This record gives sequence, structure tokens and C-alpha cells, in this order.
Amino acid sequence: MSLRTGGPARAGQYAALLAYLIFLAFPFLWLISTAFKPARELGSLHPTWIPRNPTLDNFRQAFDEQPLLQAAANSLIAAVCAALIAVVIATPMAYVMARNRGRLSTAATGWVVVSQAFPFVLVIIPLFLILKNLHLINTLWGLIMVYVVWSLPFALWMLAGYVRAVPPELEEAASVDGAGRVRILVSVVAPLLAPGIVATALFAFITAWNEFFFALVLLKTPEKQTLPVVLTHFLGAEGVADLGPLAAAAFLATLPSLVLFAVIQKRITGGMMAGAVKS
Amino acid sequence: MRALPRAAAAATALILLLAGCSGGGDGRDADGTIRLSFQSLAWQKESVDANRQLVKEWNAAHPGIQVDYVQGSWDNVHDQLLTSFEGDEAPDIIHDASDDLADFAYGGYLADLRTLLPERLTKDIPEQSWRTATFDGGVYGVPFLQEPKVLIANTRILKASGVRVPTPGRPWSWEEFRRITEKLTGKGTYGVAWPLKEPVSVTLNLSLSADGRFFHRDADGKAVIRFDEGERVVPRTIHDQVNTDRSAARTALGMGGSDTLPGFFGGKYAMVPLGFSYRQQVVEQAPEGFEWTVLPAPAGSAGATQGVSPQTLSVAEDSPHKKEAVRFIDFLLQPRNMVRLARGDWMLPTGTEALADPALHTAENGWATGTALAQGLRPAPAQSVRGYPEWKDKVATPALQEYYSGAIGIDELEKRLVEDGNRVLARYQR
Repeated sequence: MSLRTGGPARAGQYAALLAYLIFLAFPFLWLISTAFKPARELGSLHPTWIPRNPTLDNFRQAFDEQPLLQAAANSLIAAVCAALIAVVIATPMAYVMARNRGRLSTAATGWVVVSQAFPFVLVIIPLFLILKNLHLINTLWGLIMVYVVWSLPFALWMLAGYVRAVPPELEEAASVDGAGRVRILVSVVAPLLAPGIVATALFAFITAWNEFFFALVLLKTPEKQTLPVVLTHFLGAEGVADLGPLAAAAFLATLPSLVLFAVIQKRITGGMMAGAVKS
Repeated sequence: MRALPRAAAAATALILLLAGCSGGGDGRDADGTIRLSFQSLAWQKESVDANRQLVKEWNAAHPGIQVDYVQGSWDNVHDQLLTSFEGDEAPDIIHDASDDLADFAYGGYLADLRTLLPERLTKDIPEQSWRTATFDGGVYGVPFLQEPKVLIANTRILKASGVRVPTPGRPWSWEEFRRITEKLTGKGTYGVAWPLKEPVSVTLNLSLSADGRFFHRDADGKAVIRFDEGERVVPRTIHDQVNTDRSAARTALGMGGSDTLPGFFGGKYAMVPLGFSYRQQVVEQAPEGFEWTVLPAPAGSAGATQGVSPQTLSVAEDSPHKKEAVRFIDFLLQPRNMVRLARGDWMLPTGTEALADPALHTAENGWATGTALAQGLRPAPAQSVRGYPEWKDKVATPALQEYYSGAIGIDELEKRLVEDGNRVLARYQR
């Protein structure tokens, strides 16, 4: 069955898509514009998209005032490790959840939904006490552990969906050909799950990369702090902000996520499934 | 599959066991050096530099008591400190604001400093400033920086109108202020823009000038809210400027202070009531040749008084070295150091001696005007009243927003602030 839409409907779809893209892009483009504006242009009543006198002063000031590179490195370590560990743990768990439908699967799904509803503030104090007694306060490993635990339920849920999309007939065929359980998982299921694994890792990475509150509470020394925490050092009481350097630093902070998306977006397509099974 | 619950139970038991046998250090290095942590919320470059430099100077002069500078953030500071207190990991010396201290003071997290403070510091800071950090008779913080609300005005528009320019000794009355904003309005210019994103603190603090305290004590010593003539002056002035005279920009009501600056620089607003420290942004962002001046906020029957919530330095109750922590605070707040911190943050010091420093009496950037207002600064109303945060968020903020926008009248405002408000307070005072 093909879905064919007429000219006006198609035009409407494109218009809606364009409006949505503009809505999504506006804050980021404005951030870039602000990052390159001198202070006097930031206070202009008639702001322009293109800075009239573009400058790198905001970037210089941001780097002078805050340890941005160190913070970026900390964020990168925490986010990459959290993403990798979450995926390594979640993949076999998701496989079990998806293939053994029953009470465990239902309970796990329930756990996912409930855990997403917990506000950070509710769990932070017990979490803090546990990490303190494990001597993991003010360490990146402590933060990574929190990020893994925090992103695991959703990662599990996501991956289980991908596992369910892999036709069991493929595993049965491999079994008939004499492949063992492990061989089937490694050689048949894992390659087909690759887009799902990448998407899940990306989700875990971005969650950890952007996370602020846990990092604020758990990391104390400036050398350990992550980028979102360091960005708040450009903010004063009652929301006053050093806008130029803040925009410059925030722009730099968004780059890794963007680059990562650009590099691996093709891997997230479901096209690898195509043709796996004749129907 | 039975192994799984067992393993989970064992892991849980281990964690709980570990949690149960936590041991606190005594805050000393192996060689006996006392080590204190100082969490500062300074954020402007000059202020951070001043704080770091002072820590360096202290450490050089006191090898036996070393201070570690920890950079905190105003964003989420309450939750961050609460977690640190609960986890016995709070810094020894804590930078915060007096309106954030009540919960920590009543909760037993902060040390009562009365017996620890040196006489010099106690005498140097005025009694009204100490009251901002006093809860249940105990002193839980040293107030050291504060900022009055001032009117930042476009000099050219002011001169062209020929209105009387107010001085700290002779500020405008609220009635005069209303007349003058009308006079300054015209040709695409509003006389004033009130940035009222946070309407409650602005209204309460400025209302003190008209003797409007909102929170009163009844015969039993319980806090009750009243909305008498003194409390009505400021809200009515703002409401009438926006809705009757059209001399205040309606669009500014939802703005924060920084949001009004482009309009101010563009000549759209003749005056903007802002905190004293906003001058730094004005200096940085004002177009070349833009002339501006700092004027005192209008005064009422109580004179040029207004409420403030000073920044404070406190000591954690769990700190094993409270005396040394207070010694460091005393060093940090020596008059010459207080001046450095005040200039770094574009604020006023609370210390009498620091306030007298010539560097703070220069006409440049309005320093002298602000300094002249210091003696009229009082503790912000209600900051020690239990239930105030809920009254502010659930009752006062929406009621004032609706009143200022013209959606409700003053009688409805009174009904909400007083009736609904007292119901909220009653729950906290049973």
C-alpha cells in the first residue's frame, strides 16, 4: 500500500517541517550570533543576526576566566564511559527482556517507567551518602556510576525494542546451521542491533554530557568539574549573566554533541534490517 | 535465577553497612596542618580574582591553617548545600545570601557565631545588617555585601525634561516619582520600565520606604500578613504607572533586570529600577557616548529605607575548626579587603569602616549615590518568617503579577495576599 498525498497536502507538510526546523535551529543560531558579538552589541535595542563587529573576545574571556578545556575533558570522559558501560550492561539485559516475555519483562518495563519519574532532588541525598561511603565523592568514577544507573533503564527499554525488531527466524536459521547461543548473539544478533546500540549509546552520552545537578553536587574541586557546572560560573545571583562569554562557552559545549550526531547519524537508520527476511 | 535476588540483597546490605560506618576526618593534614574549605559564590572576574588573592594571602601568612578555595555557583546553591550538609561534606566556610539561611539555621546545619565573632567585626557591621542573619536569637552568618535598588536613568532624557534630579538626601517621593515618569513619557519613550520577573522581593523591599512591612507580629508573637496603607503605596504606584498613566512599559513586567537594558540604551525607557550591581552591565554594554546616572529609589513616609538580603559568610556546624574558620572570615572582611570584594562585585560593603573608604565615594559610575543609601538598608521583610517561600511562590507572585498587569484590582489583591496568605502561614505556626 502506498501513501500518496496531493500537491497542497505535500506543500503543507514541507511548510510544517520547515517551521519546525526553524523553531529548533533558532536558539542555536542565536547562540552562535551572541557568541561573536561585542558587549556593546549585546545591549542593542535592534539586534542583528550577523554581528556588526564580530569578535573573538568572548571566547578569549571565557577561556581566561574558566578552565573550559579541563571541564570539557572531564565531561567527555564521564559521558563516553557512561555511554559505553550503559550499552555493555544494557545489551544482554535487553536481549533477555525481549526474548523472554513474561513477568520479568513486565516488571522491568514498569521499573523503567517509574524510575524516569523520580526527581533528581529525591534521590540525590541517599545517593550522595552511598557514594561518600564508597569514597567516590569528588571523583569522575562516582559520577560515571550515577550516570550509568540513571541512563540504564531507558537504555534497556530502547534496546529491547531494537531486539524485538530482529526476527527470531534468523536466530533459528543460524541454530539449524549449527551455531551456538553465543555465536548467534555475536555473529547474527549484534550486527543487526548495531544501529540500536549506537542510538542508545548516543542517548546515554548526551544525557551525561548535558547533566548538571549531579555533577554540581558530587564534584567539588575545580579540576574535576564538568562543563555544565563550569558554565554556571558565568551566572550571578538572580539570573544575572555574563552573556558574551557564557554564549561562547555554551556554543563550544554544544559542538561535541553536534559532531557526534553528524558522524554517526547514518548508523542510526533502520535500513540494515532491510532484506533480512523475505515476507 | 535465585542467585540474583541474593546478590542484590547482599549488595544492598554491604552498601547500608558502609553507610552506617562513616567516619569524619578532623580536618587536618598528616603534618597537623588545619585545612579549611571555603566555597565562594563570587562569579565576576574581578570578584573571583579578589577572593582567590585573599585566600592566597591568608595561606602565605598562616602556614598552620590552610584554606582551599572552592568555586561554587549561585545556580541551585540551596540544593547543593543541603545535600552537602546531609552528607557531612559541607564546606567549612559557606558563602550564601541571608534569605537562603533560615532553613539551614533552623535545621542546625550552621554554627551560631555569637561566641566566636571578634569584637572588631561585631562592632564594624551595623546592627540592622546583623539582623538579616539572626534567627531565633542566634547569628548564623556574617553579612558582608549588599545592594540597594537604585534608579538607573538616561541623563539626556532627564536633563531635557527639566525635572528635579533627586539626591540621596532629597529623593523623590512616590507621588513625585509617578508625576515625573508621566512627564518623561512620550515620543516612543516610557518614563520607567519595571522588570518584575520576581515581583515579590521588589515590592516588599521597596515598600519599607513607605513603612509597609507586610509581615507583622500579633499578640502571641505569630507572623500575620497585613495590607494597610503603607503596604499599598508601592504596588499602587506601579499598577497606576502601567495601567492608568501608561508611563511604565507593560512589556517589561515579565522581564528580568538584564532584559530591560537594550530598551534603556535605545532610549525606550528613561529609567530602570535595578540592583546596584547592574551598573557593571551598564558600563560594559552601554553604547559609545551613552550618558547615564544613578538615582536613589523613591522614598515614602519612612524615608529612603529599603529591604536587602545581604550576601553572607557562615560556618558549618559540623566543621571541626570553627574558631579558625571565623578567623579566616575576620581576615577576609578586614575593611581594606571588604572594599576589594565590594568593588569586585559592584556592591556595597556592610562594614562601617569599609563604607567610609574613599574608593566607594567617587561619583564615577554612581558609587557615591549607592554608598549614601547604605544607612537606610534594612533586613528584607519576612526572610525569617517560616512559610514565606510558600506564600511567595503560591500566593504573592501570581497575585502581584495579575494586579500589575491590570487583571485584578487592589481589593482582590488584598484578599489574596492577606486571606490566602495567612492561611499558608498558619500551617507553619501551629
